Amino acid sequence: MAVKVMIPTPLRSYAGKHDHVDVAAKTVGEALSSLIAQHGDLRRHLYQDDGRLRSFVNVYVNDDDIRYLQKEATPLRDGDTVSIVPSIAGGTNHCHSEPSEEPAFVAKDGGKRIPRANPALGMTNAAER
Amino acid sequence: MRLRLLTDVRQAIREHGAHGYPHEVCGALLGREVAAGGNGLAGLREVTAVLPLENRRDDSPRNRFSVTAEDVLRAERAADERSLELLGWYHSHPDHPARPSEFDREHAWPWYSYVILSVAQREPGEMTSWRLADDRSGYALECIEVA
Repeated sequence: MAVKVMIPTPLRSYAGKHDHVDVAAKTVGEALSSLIAQHGDLRRHLYQDDGRLRSFVNVYVNDDDIRYLQKEATPLRDGDTVSIVPSIAGGTNHCHSEPSEEPAFVAKDGGKRIPRANPALGMTNAAER
Repeated sequence: MRLRLLTDVRQAIREHGAHGYPHEVCGALLGREVAAGGNGLAGLREVTAVLPLENRRDDSPRNRFSVTAEDVLRAERAADERSLELLGWYHSHPDHPARPSEFDREHAWPWYSYVILSVAQREPGEMTSWRLADDRSGYALECIEVA
């Protein structure tokens, strides 16, 4: 299957500065493997040392999160678009009175699809002041 | 490698950090790459807008923050609508120095600027910015300029 893998801006310098890479793959796992085969420097930013996708790396087929499909075994059809989207996480190692052990990150609202809504929170745009 | 923050942007981040104390707050940095240079000395970015985001970590919000993939896409669209780029992220470290933690490093990508604001007893303090090394081995300090 001919599919398009979209490369997020921070990783384009590891993918020949391309915003997408065309691959032939039957599953999401194959598509990502083909991407890595073409652009090996992407591997460390997508995968942990044990070969699993990093916990903050999210993969969508068209608008659907593969966690809610068949994960990396999710089948692909001709013309599908695979998107790689990070979630952002961080914080201190400082423990307050609350537990700080890390469960695997799960979105509080369990988002399954790429949303189409407008930003709910206001933006500060200094340039417009 | 420099990150220029407009005065109002710096102020907005400080106010967000103070307002959210004792919880970590987070948001997106929108702006433009003024001079390309990657992690080199020549690089200069200017942040002209911030998009405050909800800290989705309600289990340990005092020492963790998270921005969902959906919020990342929302921030990218907000940048696109203004012909800006999503340059990176800010978050606060309540009662903790403005230094990236190991947890920060494990959850970062290169290229993004990661601004950290220390907030001590609700008082915003030091603000630093960091870029992850290509090999993920550590961070380089990005010099903040206020314009």
